[in-house]
Amino acid sequence: MKFPEDLKYTKDHEWGRPDGNRLIAGITDYAQDELGDIVYIELNDKGSSIKQGEVFGTVESVKAVSELYAPASGTIVEINEALLEAPEIINKDPYGDGWMIVIEMEDRAELNNLMDSQEYRTYVEKEAK
Amino acid sequence: MVIRHNVTRSTELLEPVVYSLSDHGKNKVNLPRPFEAIELDDVDRPLVNHDLPDLPDISEVEVVRHYTRLSRLNYAIDLGMYPLGSCTMKYNPKISEKVAAKIGNIHPGDTEAMQTILGLLSSLEAHLEEICGMDACTLWPAAGAHGELTGMMIIKKAMVERGEDRREVLIPDTAHGTNPASCTIAGFKAVKVPSGDKGYLEASTLRKLINEDVAALMITNPNTLGIFEQDIAEISELLHENGSYLYMDGANMNALMGIARPGEMGVDCMHLNLHKTFASPHGGGGPGSGPVLVKDELAPYLPMPWIVKDEEERFRLLTNAPQSIGRIHSSLGNLSVLMKTLSYISSLGGKGIREAAEVSVLIANYMKKCLKDSYYLPYDTPTLHEFVLTDKYQKERGVTTMDIAKALMDFGFHPPTVYFPLVVTGAMMIEPTETEPLDEIERFIDAMKQIDELSRKDPGAFSSIPRATPVSRVDEVWAARRLVLTWDMVESIMGEPPSK
Amino acid sequence: MSYVSLNQEEKERLFEKLGITNTGDLFKTIPERFLLERDLKIPGPYDEQTIESMLSSNPSRVVFAGGGIYRHYIPAVVDTIASRQEFYTSYTPYQPEISQGTLQVIFEYQSMMTRLMHMDVSNASMYDGATALAEACLMAIRAKKVKRILLSKSINPAYRSVVRTYLRSIDGLEVEEVPFDSITGQVDLDVLKKATMANKRSAFFIQSPNYFGIIEPMDEVASIMQDAAFWGIVVTEAISLGIMRPPGDYGPDVVVGDAQSFGNPPSAGGPLLGFFCTKREYVRSMPGRLVGLTRDKDGRQAFCLTLATREQHIRREKATSNICSNQGLCVLRAAVYLSTVGPRGLRTIAEQCASGARYLLALLGKRGIGTVFTGPVFNEFVLRIDDGSRERASQAGIVPGIRIDGYYPELTDSQLITVTEMNSERDCKWLLDIM
Repeated sequence: MKFPEDLKYTKDHEWGRPDGNRLIAGITDYAQDELGDIVYIELNDKGSSIKQGEVFGTVESVKAVSELYAPASGTIVEINEALLEAPEIINKDPYGDGWMIVIEMEDRAELNNLMDSQEYRTYVEKEAK
Repeated sequence: MVIRHNVTRSTELLEPVVYSLSDHGKNKVNLPRPFEAIELDDVDRPLVNHDLPDLPDISEVEVVRHYTRLSRLNYAIDLGMYPLGSCTMKYNPKISEKVAAKIGNIHPGDTEAMQTILGLLSSLEAHLEEICGMDACTLWPAAGAHGELTGMMIIKKAMVERGEDRREVLIPDTAHGTNPASCTIAGFKAVKVPSGDKGYLEASTLRKLINEDVAALMITNPNTLGIFEQDIAEISELLHENGSYLYMDGANMNALMGIARPGEMGVDCMHLNLHKTFASPHGGGGPGSGPVLVKDELAPYLPMPWIVKDEEERFRLLTNAPQSIGRIHSSLGNLSVLMKTLSYISSLGGKGIREAAEVSVLIANYMKKCLKDSYYLPYDTPTLHEFVLTDKYQKERGVTTMDIAKALMDFGFHPPTVYFPLVVTGAMMIEPTETEPLDEIERFIDAMKQIDELSRKDPGAFSSIPRATPVSRVDEVWAARRLVLTWDMVESIMGEPPSK
Repeated sequence: MSYVSLNQEEKERLFEKLGITNTGDLFKTIPERFLLERDLKIPGPYDEQTIESMLSSNPSRVVFAGGGIYRHYIPAVVDTIASRQEFYTSYTPYQPEISQGTLQVIFEYQSMMTRLMHMDVSNASMYDGATALAEACLMAIRAKKVKRILLSKSINPAYRSVVRTYLRSIDGLEVEEVPFDSITGQVDLDVLKKATMANKRSAFFIQSPNYFGIIEPMDEVASIMQDAAFWGIVVTEAISLGIMRPPGDYGPDVVVGDAQSFGNPPSAGGPLLGFFCTKREYVRSMPGRLVGLTRDKDGRQAFCLTLATREQHIRREKATSNICSNQGLCVLRAAVYLSTVGPRGLRTIAEQCASGARYLLALLGKRGIGTVFTGPVFNEFVLRIDDGSRERASQAGIVPGIRIDGYYPELTDSQLITVTEMNSERDCKWLLDIM
């Protein structure tokens, strides 16, 4: 199970990678493993605004449907259209090609509400019990 | 992917989709033609279909062989046990089928013929009320989930009539998925209540969660762990003091009928699953039937129509009770299922009903005792007609509940309910029912033990199991990704032209 | 008859293994005060012959009743196949390896329904046409955020009642009715058009042939509905598909109704067969089970339930519907019926129904008796029948249709008459005799 050090993590198993004022977001390795083979993904529209903790889409596997919660507030400036045709990319590479949206952040300070790699790892280990 | 079949091989083989057998002129059916065919010249030409309806064109022999071969790809109760927890897959008596077939030709608008039928339904209502200890009944919900929804709508109406707008319904974490779904559709918010360590809902937990926004608690008794909800009396008192109702999901009535009555435990509203407890066949997914029973207080809200007797002692259907929630079905529910239930109840009588419950609990406990050394039993609280085991031991060897389920198929059994209830990881919910012969019971116990043995000796073998079924390890991911839901989609998604 | 298979000896063996002497020891977790000390007051057990004679009733001689449930000839093949225990005593096909029979039947049914209705997808059935319509309203709310539902008043009254019951709990939702023209019996197109121009996002539903048996002016309706956020067509007499243009051709978002006419007997009121067909764009939002084609690990053709994540057992309170059991065996009967009658057969039955209605109408016309509405009919129409005629019909063992003034008080003494291939020229003459 991977927990890249340069990322921030939410309690709902999303990750965010800051890049200047932008935040690239997706779901974690733990999340894709729990879901199983992903068969479908829906993402909010490009250009729409979002608040930290709000739903930016849903992801569906054979055994579950999960809402996706935004790690930060702002405007969704890009969505990964490749995932719509081939959602299995999320399972294969959740932190790289499996990126889901890019948010132009409203307030970088919000990132302090999130967990770092070590905190998230501990959180997952507790939840897995 | 090619779809192909070979008649010279065993009939337990894959069967082409019916459209691929179709060809113009094969169908030669001779249907009743009592009238001279007249041109529909009073109907505008654009409204009429100038093409024939798009149906398969095949001979009667091919229809019969096609569906007969398909039937042989199925497992069924008449072939062996289905130890499915909370499904009560008991034997379906054949006299019930005969009875139902005989009333097939009656149209509900045929008032005279319906007199007898309504009289019979009225007796059925009385029988179900007696079994459950309730005051009034509706027979129209077409399935358990439909009954739950009806029950929740009745409770909502009762609240509205009281001038209260309570929005919460408490649901234990062991509940069947239809419970929260039905709640939501009825306009409530489902709030999860954790069960205690011993596997049943504790009154103390309820005490913490109960508030003036709670309209009801939905309980299944015995619950999906097979455990009797021991605190039910205190729970119902707490609820009633709070002005809330106690709803019972009666899916597990097979353990209680003739033994104890929900109405005496403080239940205000409940549903039954006639296709479970009362032996009506499952039909590959229906028709079921989910009558709802209530205490007098909630009776005015029962759905339309009501079966009533008029001054001349004739039965009729009342359609304008002022406080009723309205209709929940366009007709009289799944009426033939109601007739089959009446036939079953008549076959058993009061004593027979009790015996069925007693034996179902006896067999389940015997099975549990025989299996608890091989499989982990998460709760040691006594259980009634069903029990839950897990794959805890086998998982250490890399064998899961899913693998165990598939292996059971090679032994000629349908697996138990798997991965439910959700509170138990890797759950296998086992309910043998009272109609199983001892032979079949022992065979199942033996199969489970052999599977456990195999998990020790050769855990790798499970990936190629099942081997004795027509197909093995069906790719559900492929199905969900490609979504080929009709014959026409076979061409557009898979690039292969479907036949006529 | 007890269906318990154990004899006393075997029971004793089980008692021994459990270390108990009687079954009472197994119910110790039930508080004593709840344990019944008496037998249930239920008569029996009765033998089979007694049960057969107790639980029977005979249909009337001549029946002209329809109104959402129809009498049609069911070819012998249907009963033969539906009596196969591998079909009727089998469970919901959650384990695909041992239920390919049921799964393939459902897939074939889904295929036949979509081809008949000219829609993209069909689910594996709903309880009846009324609940299918209610679910269509719920889907319109989920998928298109409509705030108002408009139902044509010429939709089956029991269906409209069920819709109201289902939608009552939804805050801020309006449910209204579109009146019908009192001369033609068809939906009032002017009111319909005005309704599409209102400010509120609305879903519209019309039925054709409607409850009065009248065929709606579908081309005009379709044209008006282009301005609607969502609209659907209801079909309660599925046999009409043998002649009428497929509803999907008019561009609705859903086609729902009842397919009981396909191979399922009226059976004193049920089971029925709700169907739900829609466009591909709604597939993730539609209620009910779906069967999809796939392959197994060795590449063999296989079917399985799919998109189950929308359903109650996974999604729970966020499910698209709470439906679990559907109408399984009725689906099998419909699929076998449609395969048995085939394209020319379904056309023949539909023609017979329409011709029978016209034969009766001609006889009535010769006597100077006209229908209440002037619109074109399929196989049902509304007639005024006074108390005297109703009384004579009852004496003669004739069911002269269904009384509808309870649902439509303005239609005094009105009966809905239905003719199918189960009636005869003689039936029609007998009906005339009592008028």
